[in-house]
Order: sequence, then structure tokens, then C-alpha cells
Amino acid sequence: MKFVEEYRDPDLAKKLLERIHKNSRKSIRLMEFCGGHTVAIFRHGIRQLLPDTIKMLSGPGCPVCVTASADLDKAIALADMKDVIVASFGDMVRVPGSYSSLQKAKADGADIRIVYSVQDALAIASENPGKQVVFVGIGFETTAPTVAASVLQAQTEEIVNYSILSLHKICPPVMKAILDLGEVNLSGIICPGHVSAIIGSHPYQFIPDHYGIACAVSGFEPLDILLAVDMLVGQIESGQPRVEIAYRRGVKPEGNTQAVKLMESVFEVSDANWRGIGAIPASGLRLRGEYGKYDAEKRFEIEPGPAIEPKGCICGSILRGVSTPLECRLFRRTCTPESPVGPCMVSSEGTCATYYYYQGS
Amino acid sequence: MDDKILLAHGSGGKLSHDLIESFLPELSNPMLDKLDDSAVFDLSGRLAFTTDSYTVNPIFFPGGDIGKLAVCGTVNDLSMSGARPLYLSLSFIIEEGLPVADLKKILVSIKNTAAEAGVKIITGDTKVVNRGSADRIFINISGIGVIPEGVDISAANARPGDKIIINGNIGDHGIAVLSQREGLEFKLPVPSDCAPLNGLVSEMLAASKKIRCLRDPTRGGLATTLNDFAEQSSFGIIIEEERIPVHRAVMAACELFGFDPLYIANEGKLAAVVAAEDAEVILAEMKRNKYGKDAVIIGEVVAGHPGQVVMKTTLGASRIVDMPVGELLPRIC
Ligand code: SF4
Repeated sequence: MKFVEEYRDPDLAKKLLERIHKNSRKSIRLMEFCGGHTVAIFRHGIRQLLPDTIKMLSGPGCPVCVTASADLDKAIALADMKDVIVASFGDMVRVPGSYSSLQKAKADGADIRIVYSVQDALAIASENPGKQVVFVGIGFETTAPTVAASVLQAQTEEIVNYSILSLHKICPPVMKAILDLGEVNLSGIICPGHVSAIIGSHPYQFIPDHYGIACAVSGFEPLDILLAVDMLVGQIESGQPRVEIAYRRGVKPEGNTQAVKLMESVFEVSDANWRGIGAIPASGLRLRGEYGKYDAEKRFEIEPGPAIEPKGCICGSILRGVSTPLECRLFRRTCTPESPVGPCMVSSEGTCATYYYYQGS
Repeated sequence: MDDKILLAHGSGGKLSHDLIESFLPELSNPMLDKLDDSAVFDLSGRLAFTTDSYTVNPIFFPGGDIGKLAVCGTVNDLSMSGARPLYLSLSFIIEEGLPVADLKKILVSIKNTAAEAGVKIITGDTKVVNRGSADRIFINISGIGVIPEGVDISAANARPGDKIIINGNIGDHGIAVLSQREGLEFKLPVPSDCAPLNGLVSEMLAASKKIRCLRDPTRGGLATTLNDFAEQSSFGIIIEEERIPVHRAVMAACELFGFDPLYIANEGKLAAVVAAEDAEVILAEMKRNKYGKDAVIIGEVVAGHPGQVVMKTTLGASRIVDMPVGELLPRIC
């Protein structure tokens, strides 16, 4: 756009691209972890500009997309209960669950409120003392600290009708799971930007150490991403994988220790279900015992039926980087952003939605 | 008068009467003051007629409020067909409990905006509904205008070679409103661009009749408007990312929330498709108006890729700019 930010400077971008073209010799596969990265890569046409030696794969970093159907079904089951208000981020409301979606439940009369932040949910709870308000907590380390803060606030202000359905997930374990599956032969990973602002860059150290895979933390501007790719190429060509930060304005190696402390004071690590990958040990967050009364799964008896995945949807293998939306038979035919079949088409950070918008037909 | 609007204010009785009487001085003109069941007037020529309802939340935002927005929205819709807006209707649906002071503020803003645009409100209505049946206040405004001789503006009129002009920074309104949303409040140094554009349009038309398409990129943003042009004319559109003006604060907010400014709403912007030979004349004329001083040519109509909008990115790649679907939501990640 017209003004030239230091991280959008076309001349700098050109220089970086030249360097990438010059240095990249080996054929490599890089995964961009975040849906936000995928959007930026497509929006700025970065794939077209990279040399043929570099193949970019989209990863699992979309909180809406990785939410398992079974977990979404719990949110819908809660919404169907009497005197329960379910508060959720907007994208989540449109994702089809096994039998219904929050949107359909809402049309059928369930009280579901779309909120922009967890603070809104807390406000709804204090305005509706006669009702139970459940916040559907999705997201990675980026959102979990604010949800933790809301629980502490509920405690201080004695808002007793507030609880969390914690579907929060943490990133490093899913990276490990994908690497352990061995389906995608990766040489480097563009590590999450906003997540790393919280957890720092140290938690990725096991990736170069144990898997010999290069890592660069990146923001969401084109220059951040080009710089990350440049770093990865440098690490790979020199045979020295490590963790670098291409997003200095956002990420410190040690992260935001205060936010982490806040998150850890309310949440503890638990196993979690990931769409397309299944249960991953120690990859989720649940409320600690002392905050059990804010845990919707403890407060309510939630019994959704057995989970059913949308037929024909290959979101799972897209999230693992194994397939692209172009390999899905439903893409653009039955599945569009107006009537999405799977979550990757619903979320603005979903790979299918990104392909749909930016790739053209 | 009470300090909150009550259901009784909409009942048609004494309170209703008092409420209407309290409006009148703000909006007064001979046609409205008659308070007849309909406004009666003469008009001749080709007419443009439009209606829109306004439900913005929050109702007050930096650079405007729901009242100003409603007048501008309807005035601009008329202007985009090349019409000179003349008369408006004004209809309120008010949720019981709205502070009277808020209503007053909205009225003053309606009055000022209508005065700036040179339009008259000649008929109106007020209803009050139960708490929960509306969100504070909804406004419907219909408008009527006259299209001058020789003006033919339609999205279908774009031709290969035509230039595309925008009258300034995009995305200000959408981000200004977002910045006031509960739970998201952030300080934005840029107010909404909400403005009546009829003056600008009439100056453009005085400079050249070769204005083929005009549209205000409101909801759905510039991307939607350009797609409309491409689709309805069955030609392609190429724009250059580098030329599209965006305030850096709006850009920064977009980065934060994961938005593309091309999809963010504007309320004081117009996108014009004009004949190449008159583009510079029109641009120069626009720059003389306060709502057009930042006008720039951002791209052109091409014969290739019919119905599609393609953007050359700052980095030198190109990509499709598609229609948006659904509401823009801040990213979670
Ligand atoms: S295109 Fe639709 S159905 Fe196919 S994988 Fe993506 S979300 Fe699932």
C-alpha cells in the first residue's frame, strides 16, 4: 500500500528475494505454522516469488480448524441446555459439528453470543446473574493468558455464573507430533509469531536439536516472512539448523514471562484432541484444580453423541501439511465460505478459505 | 421531559407528540413542519430513489455517529448514480431506555450533516420498541434525487482502458468503529471518514461527463466495489497495491487483527471508473474538494480476465482480489 513501512519496503523485499534465490541450492520443504502466515503468503503472492527449490506447506496453526468435532459438539450440547448462554468467537459459530453447529443451535433458539474478546463474555455473565455463561475457550498460547485473567477477575468480582469450556491448545507439542508422524519431509519451519510473543523462541529448541530441522519465528508482514525464509535457507544450506527470530519487534527469546505466569497460574497442561491428528499428550490446557468451579466440563454434565467427521472433508490431512485444498473433491464445489463443509473453510485463517480467496479458480 | 425514552413516547399520545415537537426545531423546513401524513412536492426529470437502514454498533464512534452515518449513506447512494440528492425521509426505531440526550445528539448530527449536504428531511416517523427488541436505535432513511441531463453512470459501463480512482485512504471507518467495540477498545488516531460526497460528485461531473461508474465502497470494502465493476461490466480490473492509500495506523490495526484493508468498510469514499482521456482532469478537480484531496488513480479496466479483479502486490507478485464472504472477524491466533 502507499506508505512504505520498514517491513513492507519493496526494495528490501527485492534484496531479500535476490539473496534467497542466490543461496537456495537444495530442494527444500518449509512449513508455515500459522494460518496467519498462510494468509500473508497468499495475500502478497510470496509463493510465486520464491525459487522453485522452495516448496511451502501450510501447517496446523489455526485454532478454529484444529478444534476437534467432539469438542465442538460439547459447546453445542452446552448451548442446548436450559438457562445457559454460550459465548464464542465468531468463526467458531459457523463450524459444522457432528450433528449441528452453534449457528444452527442459535437459529433454533439457543442463546449464543458472538464475542470479540473474553472480556465481553465476562460482562455478559455479570449482566445475566440468572443464567450460566460459558465461554468457549479456543486458541493457542496467545489467547490463553487473557482467558486466565478473566477467570481471576471472575473470582475477585465473585461472578459465580461464569465458566470456561477450555479447548485451548499449545503449539510446540503439535509440532513434535507432526514431525513424529513423519508424513511430511520438512527442512524448516516458520514458527508462530503471536504465540512466540508469549512463549518466546526457546520452546522450539528441540526441533533443531532432535530433528535437525531449521526454525525461524516470523510475524505476518511480507518482509517478516521473507526474512524468515532467508534465515531458514541460510541454516539449511550451511547445515546448521537452529532457532532464529525474524520478528524482533514482536518476539523476545524469553517471551512474555508475565503472560506465561498468568496462564500457568490458572491453567495446567493436559492431553488434547486435535482435528486430523487425534489425541496429543500434554498439548492442551485445562483449568487447574483450584479453579475447577470455573471449568464448564466439571460444572455441567456434557454428553454429546459420538463425534462424526464431515464426509469427504480432508481438513485433517491439510492441517498436517500432507494435502492441499486443491486435493479435496469438495473444494469450491460443495464447500465454499458461504456453505463450508469443514472448519478450514470457515476460519479466516483456514487454509481452504485462504486458497479459495487468493488462489482464484 | 424524561431523561430516557419510554415506550409511551411511541404510543401516539401526548408523550409522542412532545417528543416529535422536540425534534422539529432541529430539522425544521416548510414541508416537514406541516406534519401532514405525506410530504407533497413537485419534481421533474430522471429521478433516483434509494433506501437504507442503519444499525451500527456502537452508535457513537470517532468521526461520527449513527445519525451522520445514515444521512451520508443515503446521500452517497444517490450521488453514486450521479443524482443530486434533494429530499430524505427519516425513520427511527428506538429501544426503550435510550437516553434522550443520546437521541438529541444524533438529531443535531443529522441536522448538521443534512445541512452540509444541502438536503431536506421532509417526512419522518418514530417508533419505540420494548427493551431487547432493538439495539438502542435503528434509523431508516430513504432519499430522492434528480439525475442531471447527459449523466449515465452504472457499474456495467466500465470499458477497457478506463482508469480507476479512489478519493483517499481506505478502511478508516471500519477500523474506527472496531476501535470502539466493547472488549477491543484501542486508541486510533484516525476518525471515521463518514462524509456526504454529493458535492464532490457534482464537481466531478462538472469537470467531465465521462464518468462511467461510481460506487461508495461501504460494507465489503473496496474489494467488493471493484468486483462489482468487473462482474457487471464483464471486463477485468487490475489494481496496484502500492498505489492504494491506507493510513499507517489503519494498516497497523489491520496487521494486528489479521484484516485486509481492501475489505474494510468506508463511509466517505468513492471509487470511480473514468475514461482514460479525462482521468487527469477529473483527478485534478477532485483534489480541490476536501473529500477528494487525497484522490489517486489505483488501476485500470482491462479486457483480460473478465469479471476478475487482480492486484499487483507491492512485492511484484499478483493475486486475485475476491468478493468477501460473511463478517470480518478479528483473528484469534
Ligand atoms: S475444502 Fe472444505 S471439505 Fe475440503 S478440506 Fe477444506 S474445509 Fe474440508
